[in-house]
Amino acid sequence: MKFSERWLREWVDPPVDTAGLCEQLTMAGLEVESVTPAAPFFEGVVVGRVLSVEAHPSAGRLRCCQVDVGSDRPLSIVCGAGNVRTGLLAPTACDGARLPDGTRIRPARLRGELSEGMLCSAAELGLAEQADGLLELPDDAAVGQDIHACLGLDDHIIELSLTPNRSDCLSVGGIAREVGVLNACPVHAVDTAAVPPACEAAFPVTVAAPQACPRYLGRVIRNVNPAAATPLWMRERLRRSGLRSIHPVVDVTNYVMLELGQPMHAFDLDRLEQGIEVRLARPGESLRLLDGQVVTLDEDVLVIADASGPLAMAGIMGGAASGVGERTQNLFLESAFFSPGAIAGRARRHGLHTDSSHRFERGVDPALAHRAMARATALLLEIVGGEPGPVVDVTAGEYLPVRKAVALRARRLQRLLGMEVAPQKVQDIFQRLGCAVEAVEAGWRVTPPTARFDIAIEADLIEEVARIHGYQNLPVVRPRASLAIEGGVAPRRQRHRASRLLVDRGYREAITYSFIDPELQRLFDPERAPVALSNPLSSDLAVMRTSLWPGLVQALIHNLHRQQKRVRLFEIGMKYIKQHNEIKENLVVSGAVTGSLWPEQWGAAQRPVDFYDVKGDVEALLRCGGRAEPRFSARPVHPALHPGQSAALLDERGDCHGWLGVLHPRLAQALALEQDVLVFELSSHIIGEDAIPVFRELSRFPAVRRDLAVIVAEAVPAGEVMDCVREAAGPLLRQLQLFDVYRGKGIVSGKKSIALGLTLQDFSRTLTDAEVEALLERVLAHLKDRLDATLRDQPGKDKER
Amino acid sequence: MELADLVATAQREIAAAQDLASLDALRVRYLGRKGRLTDVLKGLKDLPPAERPAAGQAVNRAKQQLQAAIEARREALEARAMEARLAAEAIDVTLPGRGQSCGGLHPVTQTLERIEDLFAQAGFSVAEGPEIEDDYHNFEALNIPAHHPARAMHDTFYIDEHTLLRTHTSPVQIRVMQARKPPLRVIAPGRVYRCDSDVTHTPMFHQVEGFMVDEAVSFADLKGLLSDFLRAFFARDLALRFRPSYFPFTEPSAEVDIQCVICNGDGCRVCGQTGWLEVMGCGMIHPAVLAKVGIDDEAYTGFAFGLGVERLAMLRHGVNDLRLFFENDLRFLEQFG
Repeated sequence: MKFSERWLREWVDPPVDTAGLCEQLTMAGLEVESVTPAAPFFEGVVVGRVLSVEAHPSAGRLRCCQVDVGSDRPLSIVCGAGNVRTGLLAPTACDGARLPDGTRIRPARLRGELSEGMLCSAAELGLAEQADGLLELPDDAAVGQDIHACLGLDDHIIELSLTPNRSDCLSVGGIAREVGVLNACPVHAVDTAAVPPACEAAFPVTVAAPQACPRYLGRVIRNVNPAAATPLWMRERLRRSGLRSIHPVVDVTNYVMLELGQPMHAFDLDRLEQGIEVRLARPGESLRLLDGQVVTLDEDVLVIADASGPLAMAGIMGGAASGVGERTQNLFLESAFFSPGAIAGRARRHGLHTDSSHRFERGVDPALAHRAMARATALLLEIVGGEPGPVVDVTAGEYLPVRKAVALRARRLQRLLGMEVAPQKVQDIFQRLGCAVEAVEAGWRVTPPTARFDIAIEADLIEEVARIHGYQNLPVVRPRASLAIEGGVAPRRQRHRASRLLVDRGYREAITYSFIDPELQRLFDPERAPVALSNPLSSDLAVMRTSLWPGLVQALIHNLHRQQKRVRLFEIGMKYIKQHNEIKENLVVSGAVTGSLWPEQWGAAQRPVDFYDVKGDVEALLRCGGRAEPRFSARPVHPALHPGQSAALLDERGDCHGWLGVLHPRLAQALALEQDVLVFELSSHIIGEDAIPVFRELSRFPAVRRDLAVIVAEAVPAGEVMDCVREAAGPLLRQLQLFDVYRGKGIVSGKKSIALGLTLQDFSRTLTDAEVEALLERVLAHLKDRLDATLRDQPGKDKER
Repeated sequence: MELADLVATAQREIAAAQDLASLDALRVRYLGRKGRLTDVLKGLKDLPPAERPAAGQAVNRAKQQLQAAIEARREALEARAMEARLAAEAIDVTLPGRGQSCGGLHPVTQTLERIEDLFAQAGFSVAEGPEIEDDYHNFEALNIPAHHPARAMHDTFYIDEHTLLRTHTSPVQIRVMQARKPPLRVIAPGRVYRCDSDVTHTPMFHQVEGFMVDEAVSFADLKGLLSDFLRAFFARDLALRFRPSYFPFTEPSAEVDIQCVICNGDGCRVCGQTGWLEVMGCGMIHPAVLAKVGIDDEAYTGFAFGLGVERLAMLRHGVNDLRLFFENDLRFLEQFG
């Protein structure tokens, strides 16, 4: 809601300056969004009267004028405007004037003729976006007067950002009422006394949907002057409220809406057939709106119709065919109350949002219809003349909103605000707000005014007291509470722990969008149908991610494109999986890594990060959960990963809890990646469980370490070798360390040597050499038996630990 | 040779010894079993008995002198050797250290954790809820029926007619109140989504919703808690103001402004020359919301508040473009430790 401060001050003029007024409004819940001068800076422009107009001797489109600006002699001004004529009053920039665009006016010769000033259009003074012709000033303007004084430009445009509950402040009158309450000063309303009919002309109105339209007022005005123009003062007020002048009749209806808050509509009576019917739209009906678009109307849309069909979407927008135009001579003026529920949502459905729908959706004071009709009639008679007929009033009182009395308990007021407000003050606040107040036992009964749609329960009354008393005047105390220790913090703490661990291992946390490009989604997870948004913001943010990899890899690419060669990112967040018509949100920890293992540094061999580096990070993450480690398995294979350099994390039942590996080269190619990218993704629950570590006895006897190197076929996974050793060694094996894998000289092609360190220990005694040897024999025999492994040599000198 | 000359020569030679081996050779030469001083000692028996004691004492003195000299020299040589070794082993300590660099948490996470920590001090626990919500929890239960004008303020992403991406974390308030009984002190942090994107809006951002329900919770308590929180969050004694506003799920409702942390209230671009920054929305929980979750609004009252995490992070760190948070540019992330 935008309005002129001077306009407001005609209604109510509290002894505060502009800044003080704005502070008051903001602190009362009517937030001032901006305050701007009514006109941009210019100077030296006065009211001038054109005394004579002569053709320019050498330029067909220019005229040479004599203009009286109130000084001792008229100015010679060359002007090209189409509407310049003798007797015209127009803003005149004199010698030394400065215009909003910075132009300085100096006497000059235009095509050989002296021009000592400039006649100005509204656009040239910054009072309109565009203009054809000079700004025509009213006949009573005082020649020589500064244009600021003439147009009241010493004014501010105040813009309020109103919350949807305060529809009562969508008018200058409504804001004035509020300012009056805040300052306890009188409000001078405009005269809205009924205008008696001057003729019998009437147009019939029937309301078929009284619930949606409890009140409809119509009035015919005959014989208006089609040539009349909107007076400048009204155009200026409309402009300062952000509205363009369109047509004098439309301007009047808009003006009354801004002034009182009642949206109105004017029809061209001669284009209406038989009578007005207010009803719901019928199946298949459509309407060409004022803005040119044709809408097909749903059956819950209220329309103003005549015998030919819908004329307007009630309370939203008029139709193109029935509106007033240049030739309109007879009007049918509408001033109605439409129920908020009958209007809400309909405009938005058609991509519409009008000043009218904005107000009706939120609630227009049902008592305004008559006053607005009177005010509009009076203004129209003044501006376009004509003869008003009687007001046709179709009101279904039973459907008008009723303001019920609401009880307010003094104790409740005190409890909610944390302070006692003096009863006299409470009473006063409600009276000033226009409520009917009755003091009852232990409180009040308050009936809000018809304009207030937002006061229905006790809490609403408490807010009004707090608001007018001033939120800043309410006490500030620290809450008192019963202290309790609550459990259930573990999952979050584990998440914190996981993020810290990754940070310490050189990862930076990223936060990427939960929705991604479906194309990217298909590349990374072709087998899963993602959850799609029905109204995405753009095609690249259209489906919910089923993995964090697309977002992370995109972020990684963003950085590669900015001269970063080494990127280590992680993210902890949800992925969204459709499962039997249900959407599951699974929390995962994901990472994407590329570049060298170490940050660039001196004196250390540098190499690209590889599978085992990332596996080390994943193992560390698993360990911080304190749960049994899942198996890393080469099968199954994830479609986004290199089938030879990736692993699934499987539990003992074979369920998959995560993946890690090198991005599939085909995917890397599609993403134009020139270096290997490694990714991992783990379900948070396998690292999120706060398993309680259980103490194991420490052995007091020394451990024995023996190293073995065995030769196995290339295809035998190291994991199987280790499993085999564990099986054969039994409980004496305290630790098994794989410390070398060797191929090449000394090993037959197609085979590899795996070196293992076995740490053996018993709880009850020191192991003898014979026992150790026997155990190693068992292990070797088992390896031979199961994996056809042979002993390479025996580096196993005892390494006592 | 005279004893004195012998000692003098030996002392000269000891002082001249350049390493432990030659020093040891000197010890053998003078003090060994066949050493020169031992020879002198052996020669004592040829002296007349009357001279023997004095001569013996003189030899013993000489022996002690030489032993002391050798010991002193040894220490000197050892010290010199250590010095030489240390000098040889010295490294350039100004060369950079090696190893893995440290990463860092996203500034939004850091801000979230700061917020959680501060509210934890007042006994608020953390609750979470689904990001893909139903219409009921996101709107209906929060007193925002279909067609309510407030829905226009929430540009909502829909999955289908009843399913949407939550536009705020307030539905968690409903879920907690449905599941638990007062007294309640809970904050609900998380991702939220609005169908809006420009310089000051991203389609995804983070919110913290918080609420307290107890037997005598008042607007004054709300003012107290949020004043404490904001001053602790910005670690300074900020001016702040509560002004009336509107949310369908609170009544009375308020917007909380803090004195601009960029210009200290003098007026700047960030605060639009007003000196104030809007940072939180809050209010007393609407009786209709309590009724929907079955909490008796006569027995209990409560307040709720909500804040934008990115907004607080921007103000705390002076970030001037919201979109930077989701680009994940390392040059940006590295600035936050």
